[in-house]
Amino acid sequence: MEVLALYNYWVVIFLMMTGFYVVIASGNLVKKIIGINLFQASVFILYISMGKVSGGAAPILRETIQTYSNPLPHVLILTAIVVGVATTALGLALVVRIKEAYGTAEEDDIHRQDESL
Amino acid sequence: MTLAQLPALQVILPLIAAPLCLLLRSGRLAWLLSILVSATALIIAVLLLRLVLENGTVIYTYGGWAAPWGIEYRVDIANAFVLAIVTSISTVVLLFSRVGASWEIKSSEQALFYTSYLLCLTGLLGMTVTGDAFNLFVFLEISSLSSYVLIAMGPDRRGLTAAYQYLIMGTIGATFILIAVGLLYMVTGTLNMADLANLLPALEQSRTVRVAFAFLTVGIGLKLAMFPLHLWLPNAYAYAPHVVSAFLAATATKVAVYVLVRFIYDVFGSSFAFDSMPLQSILVVLGAAAVLSGSTVAIFQHNIKRMLGYSSVAQIGYMILGISLASVSGLTATLVHLLNHALMKGGLFLALACMAFQLGGTRLVDLAGAGRRMPWTSAAFVVGGLSLIGVPLTAGFVSKWLLVVAVLEAGWWPVLIVIAVGSLLAVAYIWRVIEMIYFRSATNPDEHSEETHWSLLAPVWLLIVANVYFGLHTQWSVGVAQRAAQMLFGGQG
Repeated sequence: MEVLALYNYWVVIFLMMTGFYVVIASGNLVKKIIGINLFQASVFILYISMGKVSGGAAPILRETIQTYSNPLPHVLILTAIVVGVATTALGLALVVRIKEAYGTAEEDDIHRQDESL
Repeated sequence: MTLAQLPALQVILPLIAAPLCLLLRSGRLAWLLSILVSATALIIAVLLLRLVLENGTVIYTYGGWAAPWGIEYRVDIANAFVLAIVTSISTVVLLFSRVGASWEIKSSEQALFYTSYLLCLTGLLGMTVTGDAFNLFVFLEISSLSSYVLIAMGPDRRGLTAAYQYLIMGTIGATFILIAVGLLYMVTGTLNMADLANLLPALEQSRTVRVAFAFLTVGIGLKLAMFPLHLWLPNAYAYAPHVVSAFLAATATKVAVYVLVRFIYDVFGSSFAFDSMPLQSILVVLGAAAVLSGSTVAIFQHNIKRMLGYSSVAQIGYMILGISLASVSGLTATLVHLLNHALMKGGLFLALACMAFQLGGTRLVDLAGAGRRMPWTSAAFVVGGLSLIGVPLTAGFVSKWLLVVAVLEAGWWPVLIVIAVGSLLAVAYIWRVIEMIYFRSATNPDEHSEETHWSLLAPVWLLIVANVYFGLHTQWSVGVAQRAAQMLFGGQG
C-alpha cells in the first residue's frame, strides 16, 4: 500500500524516463525539445509534491487553520518553470536557425550535410 | 561601508549593464560599457580577495534576511580566487574583442553579443559568489543560456548545431542539479550551503542524501565536461566565435570545477564523499581516461580549435585527478591549475584567433608558414603551447609539478604514468602545430599577410607573459590556492 501512496513520485519517475528517452531516441530536433520539457516537468512535480504537508491547507494566513503546506518549494519551482520556458524558447529559436541553414530539422540529415563538407 | 556591499556589486553591475548594452544599440558603445563594467568587476574581485585574505570570509545577506531564510553571498579565499580569475580573463578578452569580435559578428548584432557576454559573466560570477544552492542553479542557467547564444553567433552554421547539442546536454545537467537541490531540501529543509554543511554529516546514511550527491556529481560533471560527458565541448569551442571560445574555455569550465570542489569538500564534506561514497575510484578512473583520451584524440584533429577543445578535456582530467586525491596538496594543484589553465587556454585561443583572421582559417594547413608572416603571434602560440605541455619556467609546469607531488604523496604510481603519458601526447599535438607554423612554407607564398595589429597582440601577450610570470613567481598563486585548499578541508567538514 505504501508503494501506491507514493503515486505522485511514480508519476515523476515515469515522466522523467519518458522525457529522457525522447531526448535520446528521437532524431527530430523539435521532438528533443519536447523531451527536455517532459523531463523538466517531472522535476516540477517532484518539487510540488515535496511541499505538501498531509492535512495542511493552502499557505494563506487564516485564524482557524493551524497546519499549512510548505510554500517554499512552490516558489522555487516557479523560478525553475521560468528557466524552463526560457530554455524552450532558446532551443526552438536555435531549431529555426538550423532549419534555415540546413533546410532540415532531422539530426541524421544534418550530420550527413556536415560530413560531406 | 561600501566594502560590505562588494559581493553584491560583483554580480549586480554586469547584470544591470547587460540590458543597457541592448539599449545602446551601437556595438562600439556597448563594447565601451562592457569593458568598463568588466574592469570594475576585476577591481571589485581584487578588493574582495585582499579583504578575504586579511579578514577572513565576507558575508552579504540580501535584503537583510539572515542566513537560513534569506539568500546569502559568502566570499572566502576559494571563491575570491575564482572571481579574480574570471574577471581578469573576461577583461582581457574584451580588450581583444573591440576588433576581434567585429571580424566575425555583424555590426547589427554586436550590441546583442555584448549583452549575452555580460549576462554570461553575471552567471559565472553569481555561481561563484553565492552561498545558496538554489541561487546557484539560477545563476548556472543564466550563464548557460547566454553561452548557448554566444556559441550560436559564429559565422559557421555548425555553430548552431553545436549550440543546440550543448543546450540539450547542459539542460539535462542543470536539471540534475535541480533534482539534487530538491532532494537535499527534502531531508534538511534548508538551501543555504553553510547550513547544509552543518546538517548533512548527521544524515550520512540517508539514501536521499546519497542520491542527491550522485545527481549533483553527474549534473556538474556535464557542465564541466568530465570525461564521458564531454561530447558537447569540442564542437562548441570549435565553431563558436573565436573570442567566445577564448572566454568560455578560460572561465566556464573553471567555475564548474570550483562548484564541484565546493560541494564535495565543503557542503558534503570529504569524509562523506570519499569514505561513504565511492567517489574516489570513479574520479580517478574518469580523470585518467580524460587525460589519455582527450590528448590522444587531440593529435588527430585537423581543426586547431577542435584540437584545443580536446586538450581542454584532458586538462580538466588533471583537475579531476587533483580533486580525487582528497588531500590538501591535490586540491591545491587543482586550484592552481584553474588559474594556470585559464591563462594558457585564453592565450592560445586568442593567438589562434589572430592567425585565423590573417591567414583565413583555423585548419592546420591554414597555418603553414605563419612563423615568418606573423612572428609575434606565432611566438605567443609557442609559449602558450609550452605552458600547456608543462615545460619548466611556464605556469603549466607549476601545476603539473604540484599534481605530481600530490600523487607521489598518495603513492599512486599508475596515475603518475598517466600524467607523464598525457604530457608526451601534449608534446605531440603542440609539435604538429609548431612544425606547420615554422617548418612549412605557405601554400600560396605570394599572398603576404602581415603581423596583426598591436591592439590585438597586446591582450595575447598579456596572457602569455602572465603564463611565464606565474611559472617563475609561484608564491602568490600557490600560496592563495594552498590557503583556499586548507580552508576547504578544515572548514565545515
